[in-house]
Amino acid sequence: MSKKVMLPLTDEVLKDLKTGDNLLLTGVIYAARDAAHKRMVEALGQGNLLPFDIKGATIYYMSPTPARPGMIIGSAGPTTSGRMDAYTPSLIAEGLKGMIGKGSRSKAVKDAMVKHKAVYLGAVGGTGAIISKSIKRAEVIAYKELGAGAIGRLEVANFPVTVINDIYGGDLYEEGKAKYKGKAS
Amino acid sequence: MREIQTGDVTNTVARLFEHSCHYLPPDVIIALKQAREKEKSPVCRDVLDIILENVEIAGKEQIPICQDTGAAVVMLELGQEVHITQGDLYTAVNEGVRQGYDKGYLRKSIVGQPCFARVNTTDNTPAMIHTDIVLGNRLKISVLPKGGGSENCSRLTVLTPADGRQGVIDFVVNLVDEVGSNPCPPVIIGVGIGGTTDKAMFIAKKALLRKVGEPSPDPEVADLEKEVLGRVNNLGIGAMGYGGTVTALAVHVEAFPCHVASMPVAVNMQCWCARREEAIL
Repeated sequence: MSKKVMLPLTDEVLKDLKTGDNLLLTGVIYAARDAAHKRMVEALGQGNLLPFDIKGATIYYMSPTPARPGMIIGSAGPTTSGRMDAYTPSLIAEGLKGMIGKGSRSKAVKDAMVKHKAVYLGAVGGTGAIISKSIKRAEVIAYKELGAGAIGRLEVANFPVTVINDIYGGDLYEEGKAKYKGKAS
Repeated sequence: MREIQTGDVTNTVARLFEHSCHYLPPDVIIALKQAREKEKSPVCRDVLDIILENVEIAGKEQIPICQDTGAAVVMLELGQEVHITQGDLYTAVNEGVRQGYDKGYLRKSIVGQPCFARVNTTDNTPAMIHTDIVLGNRLKISVLPKGGGSENCSRLTVLTPADGRQGVIDFVVNLVDEVGSNPCPPVIIGVGIGGTTDKAMFIAKKALLRKVGEPSPDPEVADLEKEVLGRVNNLGIGAMGYGGTVTALAVHVEAFPCHVASMPVAVNMQCWCARREEAIL
């Protein structure tokens, strides 16, 4: 059973989310990957404003294929989150509450999630066709010159994710692996 | 001597890339369905259901299966009795990539300078082209749109001859364990053993052209493939790393003679979305 969750994420909502929970997200998320993260962290270092309000925000690590005529977006699955690890703790410290991607996070990111109450959510890698169906509106809001890597504002409805890291230090990758180690044969 | 025009090469390359990003080869789909049957974790069975449903939607609605439509890897087998006319072969291949990625609404993911400005070339060129000269008067074109997530989990080492068979097994299994959820498991693991280092990685990539799960014709190599697959699936990683018993769909090992002092081992990692297609002109 999937739990329906309205965005933005609040501490009240986050305290009920546990590693392994399946969620359907509805609201606004921001698409950004490596190059956009680098710029955001540089902006913070120079004391500049970020292109969107990071407090309570959820970032989706994704850059889509071009939309066919008449379509909202193209294929829109997650990219590997680890490439954003270097930039993530400072964004979490600024108020980022949710991250959507695939693949494991560094210790620094996991520590920041526990300290500042944020969650990491997994989308199924390589399933960009299905995922595109839950994106109802998409627009580029910053760093247009990065092409597919620009920052996008996405309105989503029932966007399917699984909680990988919760605010209590749980980690689905570690827990799942421990459960099935040596169980194939 | 048989003539093949560059225009035919361009059209074929364009068609192969566009098609392969929307349809998986039948053997890959069968392997995913078998994984769904074998998987002991209900969570990973759900993931495999989503994966299979996604593949269906991609074909029906012409949305690329995965948004990472890859670097354009092209492997050519050029018959030595072929004469390419009306231009040069590699320009024709790159033009095919340009057209296929444009017409197919595929993502262009290539940057012009690897460690400098990293500006996108905007047409997904240049392709990564490998050519074998073979007997005959035909040109075989194989394309692999190779996603970054799994390619980033590839690795090369040079073991000592004393490390032997066990050394190879440990290297591959430890790598799969280390990269965990990152390469989008269940993966297909291409392994190249022997040659010089460049040759090892090339045959590891070539191993990915094999039909999924088709064993090596060499019984010793086939036995090694089976043992590595068993060890990898016992790691517990499972589909997307959520914890399960199918971490890899297959292990394909290619071996090649090497220097008496060396034993290079290369792993070329392939995500479950194993797009590949070929045509013969």
